[in-house]
This record gives sequence, structure tokens and C-alpha cells, in this order.
Amino acid sequence: MYKILAKDNIAPNIDKYIIAAPEVAAKTKPGQFVVLRLHEKGERIPISISDWDKEAGTITLIVQAVGHTTEQLAAMGVGDNILDLLGPLGQPAIIEPVGTVACVAGGVGTAIIYPEARRHREVGNRVLTLVGARNRECLFYQEELAATSDRVLVATDDGSYGHKGFVTDLLKQVIDDGTHLDHVIAIGPIPMMQAVAELTKRHEIKTTVSLNPIMMDGTGMCGACRVRVGDEIKFCCTDGPEFDAHLVDFASLLRRSRLYERTGFKAAIPAEDKAEGEAKGGECRCHG
Amino acid sequence: MSRLDLVEEGTATTTGKGRLQRVPIPVQPPEERVDNFSEVSLGYSPEMARQEAARCLQCRRHPCVKGCPVGINIPSFLEAVAAGDFAGALSIIRQDNTLPAICGRVCPQEVQCESLCVLGRKGDPVAIGALERFVADWERAHPSCETGQTVKKATSRKAKVAVVGSGPAGLTAAAELSRLGYKVTIFEALHTPGGVLAYGIPEFRLPKSILADEFNSIVQMGVEIKTNVLVGRTLTIDDLFSKGFQAIFLGTGAGLPRFLDIPGEDLNGVYAANEFLTRVNLMKAYLYPQVDTPLYLGEHVVVVGGGNTAMDAARTAIRLGSEVTIVYRRTREDLPARKEEILHAEEEGVRFEFLATPVNIKSDGEGWVKAVECVKVIQGERLDNGRQSLEPIPGSEYLLAAESVIMAIGQGPNPIIAQTTPGLSSGDNGRIGVDAGTFKTSREGVFAAGDVTSGGATVIEAMGGGKRAARAIDHYLQRLRS
Ligand SMILES: Cc1cc2nc3c(=O)[nH]c(=O)nc-3n(C[C@H](O)[C@H](O)[C@H](O)COP(=O)(O)OP(=O)(O)OC[C@H]3O[C@@H](n4cnc5c(N)ncnc54)[C@H](O)[C@@H]3O)c2cc1C
Ligand SMILES: Cc1cc2nc3c(=O)[nH]c(=O)nc-3n(C[C@H](O)[C@H](O)[C@H](O)COP(=O)(O)OP(=O)(O)OC[C@H]3O[C@@H](n4cnc5c(N)ncnc54)[C@H](O)[C@@H]3O)c2cc1C
Ligand code: SF4
Ligand code: SF4
Ligand code: FES
Repeated sequence: MYKILAKDNIAPNIDKYIIAAPEVAAKTKPGQFVVLRLHEKGERIPISISDWDKEAGTITLIVQAVGHTTEQLAAMGVGDNILDLLGPLGQPAIIEPVGTVACVAGGVGTAIIYPEARRHREVGNRVLTLVGARNRECLFYQEELAATSDRVLVATDDGSYGHKGFVTDLLKQVIDDGTHLDHVIAIGPIPMMQAVAELTKRHEIKTTVSLNPIMMDGTGMCGACRVRVGDEIKFCCTDGPEFDAHLVDFASLLRRSRLYERTGFKAAIPAEDKAEGEAKGGECRCHG
Repeated sequence: MSRLDLVEEGTATTTGKGRLQRVPIPVQPPEERVDNFSEVSLGYSPEMARQEAARCLQCRRHPCVKGCPVGINIPSFLEAVAAGDFAGALSIIRQDNTLPAICGRVCPQEVQCESLCVLGRKGDPVAIGALERFVADWERAHPSCETGQTVKKATSRKAKVAVVGSGPAGLTAAAELSRLGYKVTIFEALHTPGGVLAYGIPEFRLPKSILADEFNSIVQMGVEIKTNVLVGRTLTIDDLFSKGFQAIFLGTGAGLPRFLDIPGEDLNGVYAANEFLTRVNLMKAYLYPQVDTPLYLGEHVVVVGGGNTAMDAARTAIRLGSEVTIVYRRTREDLPARKEEILHAEEEGVRFEFLATPVNIKSDGEGWVKAVECVKVIQGERLDNGRQSLEPIPGSEYLLAAESVIMAIGQGPNPIIAQTTPGLSSGDNGRIGVDAGTFKTSREGVFAAGDVTSGGATVIEAMGGGKRAARAIDHYLQRLRS
């Protein structure tokens, strides 16, 4: 059991959780994630570790309520327990002194990029952080990012803060202004990461993306998270989640992320098995 | 060999008419069982068990024992069953096998113990597996009996040993080490212990309640388990040593699924058998929406492969209401699955396409599977490994309609521990190398057995390895202290 020690609403539908998980906190490096399961009948879902405190034995998760499990989590509060939590998973981000890096984040990707931006700064890189969000309200971690970046630029879809438009516009501007970038890290919705990849490929700037395919175990056992990178099939949970953006097959990634648009099988659930399911006290789930 | 020879082989003096025929094992009728997940085989009644066990000739040279990877004293336990001493039979089995209720169900007996049974030369071999299962189940129904099951918790533990992975190798190693007086902690990545027994083998072959009971008896011996620990990530091998574990056993299995690397394998609706089986067995997706993990299957399912995993996937999909075709590149005789599972799959209506292999998975235009293109193959010359080479027949391509495709073409070891443990070498195929006999890896104090060293094998071989490795660990730790 992993106790929720603190919970904070930081943007519409986005909550920050501090969770007791000493063994995970002791080992986490930027770029890694956990897989959690809320209760006996819950699904296993992946969430990035956005911050951690080895001494306090805690990890911070920033979760956007977008569907079934994340909404159940949003309904939980301080003192509640998460049944299972496995981590830290995935390969840590490779962070070395290279010169100037641009950290490009979209939406909840801001939470994931923060520890990486911080680490880039620590190893001596010049860090430009570019953040995109729907509107001013949806922005979070601005102070934290300001503290770990040499410069922060913001774009909002409606122009309520910063540049009106996409975060890729900001990146294009930075490049067009003649800023030399040694490395770009892009984390956010798939179309945004794809747009960044296309842009930086034209300019031959080394670019890393952090992918979020559907996962189940997070240990390399099920193959659900497979993505095509160059000529190879990679398992995002064990080989990733970060990959060379210029090699990722985004079309396939996008397609596979819609796996749950179709569910079901023909069989009626056998009465005795159904009774077992109900006895465990579940609620009916309406999907789609 | 004549009937007389058979009698001479054994010590039995009578050869009744029924001697060569097995007492049939009651099963759920196929038309009923395809609609439920309850166990297919119903097992013997006490009378049936005694009758079947009485067929044993009590051969002096008991060849059957050589066929059992853990060397159970088969004739003795059969003699006890025939005499109605079921508790006695079980204590004989338990001397060599910690998980009889499981092995009786899932061992490929036809290539192990039963393959060498003398009676099999002329008739049916003794149903050793079904009888092993019978006595284990009998004990579950009569829990108070003395069978060597309840081992006293040792009070003074010699040293702390970590067991990584809770599949049959890990569970057996843990039980054996505990019996030898060590303080054992199992570390398991998933939220439920059991390895393939929990996430792979379906309920209708191995009820989860049986696994739970076998597991609980190991916990009662004083073994501790920590789930949600991925060794290599949550804790490294070095962390375990610095936490005071003096030896580490790796029983991490071969859980990394393989794909064919053909076009369309990334389409929606293509699953590795592990994903499909885990969704159903571990996450109980067949109860969706009462549980949160969903599953999409569609009307036609193609399963690629011919082993136990393929049979389990196919028979699970049949129970979820799909029409299922298994595509296997060799012939029926070459199917590596347990014979019983092949028969059961056929009875349940699984179709087989032999001598064919998928070359392309076709999309419906929206990213979902619509059909599998296969090509016919012919078997050519015999290769060094005894198998025949396979040649596709040009122009023989054909389409099988499918909304889902399940790849059951084998698994390799997970690389995480090898990647994160300095000094631990693994072979090209990712298996962890060990010294035969000592189970030592290249890293001091680290031992391994089961599928992680052998590649996908069997439950009983994993158990046998786990047990022998436990003894090797005992030997190592005693040397360390002296
Ligand atoms: C490595 C990784 C790190 C992530 N980090 C974060 C994070 O820090 N904060 C955050 O809010 N979200 C993060 N996500 C996305 C998060 O996992 C999904 O939002 C979540 O799984 C949605 O589950 P649901 O049941 O609420 O939604 P539903 O739509 O009901 O989910 C149905 C299924 O689809 C899967 N799914 C849906 N959306 C996604 C998605 N975007 N990525 C992966 N699987 C998805 C779910 O796991 C579930 O299996 C991350 C994903 C990955 C792979
Ligand atoms: C679907 C299917 C059906 C089968 N049917 C049969 C059958 O009928 N008869 C038969 O004899 N054999 C069968 N087999 C083969 C048999 O199940 C395996 O040979 C056996 O389970 C191997 O045991 P193991 O203990 O080595 O590994 P596994 O059972 O694979 O267990 C390994 C465990 O280690 C855990 N693990 C892995 N890495 C880590 C880590 N880094 N940290 C912590 N934990 C970790 C895994 O989560 C898993 O729980 C079948 C296999 C499959 C997949
Ligand atoms: S453990 Fe397996 S091989 Fe050994 S006697 Fe039992 S069924 Fe046969
Ligand atoms: S089981 Fe078969 S081989 Fe073994 S002792 Fe009995 S008759 Fe002989
Ligand atoms: S989530 Fe199962 S292999 Fe990656």
C-alpha cells in the first residue's frame, strides 16, 4: 500500500500527489515512471515521476484526469492508499553536458520535463524551456521551471498567456533567431512531439522524445507498449520511454494509443464468474 | 514385448483384463466448458484413483522415475494410493515435489514420467499425473492430515537469502531454502505471485485457488514475499547484498515476448500471447466492465504458434466467444504443446492450419486488423537440431479473416537484471549463464535456475532447477561460514 500524503489541485483536472514510496524515491532518476493499480479490480497505468525526495521517502506524481483510472485517482484524497505501485521503471534519461538544450513541453508533459530540465541545469547545460498549454489556467510548475531554466517561453492556444499558438512556433522562433541548440527534448501529446521531430530533423538537431504508449506490466513482459523505432521493435517500458525522435514511427504510435476505442468480445460473461466480479464490489463502467 | 515380459518387469502377480487400459478421467463436456472458465478436468474419485493406481506393476527398475525431472518415487506413491493411503502417498510425493497439485495438472507427462511407464508399451501408461493431482486435491479437501506439508518454522535462521521472481523456480527455491533453515524473502515485480502460473496458464487448466493454496503453504513456512519490486530497478542486486542478503537466487523466467517481424504487426488487435493471457488471467478482463482492464477480440482470432502458450491463448479466445484458428508452421505431430491440451483444443472447436506461416497482417484501413496473409510451407531436409528446414511455397499465399492476432511464438529472458548488474554475464540469447551443477552465475553469491537459464521450458524443470540451486546455495553459504 502506498499512502497519499498530500494532494493539490494545480490546474483544471490536474492534481499533484505526494505519495509514500521510499524504495522508489531512493532509486528514481529523471525520465523514469511508475505503474500503479488503485485497487483489486483496477487497471495498471503508467505515470511519470515528476519529483522525489529520498530523505522523506516520497515521490510526486502529476496526473491529469482523462479517463477511467485517472478519474478514480482524482476522487481519492490524502490518507487514501494506492494498492500497488511499481517503479522506478524505464531507462533514466541520458543527461550530459552538451551546451544548450531546449526542453519543449506540452500539457501534462510539463510535469515530466521538469526533473530533466533541472538535471540538465545541474550538469551545466544552458536550458531553454518552452511550454505549451491550452490557456493560462492550465499552466503549472511555472516557478519551478523558471528556477531551473535560463529562459522560459510560454505559448497558449487561446493567447491568454504568452505567445498565441503552438509551442512548436516558439521552437521555430528560437531556431530562426539563430540560437544554437545542441539537444532538444520534447514531451507532450503525440502530434506535438511529431511536429517537433519534423522541425528539428530539418535543422539536424539531435532530439529526444518521451513516448507514452499504452502499457500494462511495465516490466517488458506483455509487449503492449511496443513502438517502432527505426528498423526495430522496441518496448517502451524497458527500452524507453525516451527515444531518438527522428527514428520514431509516430503514425503507428498514434494508432496504437487509440486501442481502447474498441473493447469487448462476443461471449456473455458466465453467471458464476459475473457474480464473482460483483461480489468484489465494483461499479459499472461506461466507456465511450 | 509380450504380456509375460510385462509381468516379469514388475513384481505384480496379476494381470487382469483392465491392466492395459487407463481408468478414464472425467472431464467437463466440450460444449459446456467452452462457455466457462472452470477447470476442464474434473479429476478422479477415490475409487477411480485406487483402481488406476492398482494398475502399476511396481517395476523393480521403475523406469517412470527416470522420466520425472524431480525423481518422485512413483511406484511407492502409487502403491499407497492403491491401498487407499492417500496421506501416505502425498508425503512420498512431497519428499521431492513442493507443488504436486500444480505438477499433476501441467506437467507434460506424456514426454516425462508416463512416457517411460512399462505399461505404455502395450497399452496406456499409468495416469501418474492425474493420480498426483488426485492426492494433492484430496489433501486440500482433508486439510488436517499429516503429510509433511506443515513444516515447522525454523527458529534460528542461518542467513538471509533473496529469491528474485515467484514463478515455479523461485517458489521451489524459497521453500527449499526455508526448509534448510534460511530466512528467505521473495521479490516479485508483479502485484501477484506465481509467475507464468499466475499470469499465463488459464483458470480452466490451473485454478488460481490452487496456486493460492500452494503459495500460502510456502508463506506458512516463514518465507516473506515483497510484490511490486522490480529487481534491477526498485532494488539492484548490489542493494540486496548491502541489505544483508548473503546469497541471491534469480528465477526471473523467460517472459519477454517475441514477434515475427512481419508487416502489420503493430496494428491494433495484434497481441503477444503474454498480453492477451495477462489481461484475462491476471487482470480478469473477461469480467469487464466489473473490472477496469478491457480487452478487444472480435469474431475471428488467429493464434500463431503450437506450444502450450498457443493452446492456452486459443482456448481462452474460444471461451470469449471467438472463432479461433491456430496457424502452425509444422505438422500436427510436431506440436510442442501437451497432448491433452491439443486434444482439448480440438474438442473445443479450435481450427488448425498446419504447414503455414503468416507473412503479412492486413489493416482494415483504420489501423485495425482485418486479415492475416499466410503462406504454405514445405518441410525440407533434416537439420542438425533434428527438425526439418522450412521452405515457403511461392504463390501459395492465402488470407484468413481475423480481427485479432495472438503471437505465441516463444519468449526470451528479460534483460533488466543483466543490464543493471555489473559482473553478471548473459549469453547472446539473453539467458543468464550458470555452471551446470552449481547454478552459480558469473557473479559471486548469485545463483540462477528455471527459464531464465534454460529458455522457455516446463514448470517441473523450473522447480527441479530451483530446488537443486537451493541446495547449491546452502553448500555455498556453509563454505562461506567455515
Ligand atoms: C511512460 C508514461 C508516462 C506517463 N506519465 C504521465 C504523467 O506524468 N501524468 C499523466 O497525467 N499522465 C501520464 N501518462 C499517461 C497516463 O498513463 C494516461 O493518462 C492514463 O493511463 C489514462 O488512464 P485512464 O484509465 O484514466 O484513461 P482511459 O482513457 O480510460 O484509459 C484506457 C486505457 O488507455 C490507456 N491510456 C489512455 N491514455 C493514455 C496515454 N496518454 N498514455 C498511455 N496510456 C494511455 C490507459 O492506461 C488505459 O489502459 C503517462 C504515460 C506513459 C506511458
Ligand atoms: C501460457 C503458458 C503456458 C504454459 N504451460 C505449461 C504447461 O502446461 N506445462 C509446463 O510444464 N510448462 C508450461 N509452460 C512453461 C512454464 O510455465 C515455465 O517453464 C515456468 O513457469 C518457468 O518458471 P520460472 O520460475 O523459471 O519463471 P516464470 O514462471 O516466468 O516466473 C518468473 C517470475 O519472475 C518475475 N520477474 C522477472 N523479472 C523480475 C525482476 N527483475 N524482479 C522481480 N521479479 C521478476 C516475473 O514477474 C515472474 O513472476 C507454459 C508457459 C506459458 C507462458
Ligand atoms: S512431477 Fe511431473 S513428471 Fe514428475 S511424476 Fe509428477 S507429473 Fe510426472
Ligand atoms: S508407473 Fe509404470 S513404469 Fe512405473 S512402476 Fe508403475 S508400471 Fe512400472
Ligand atoms: S508494458 Fe508490457 S512490455 Fe511494456
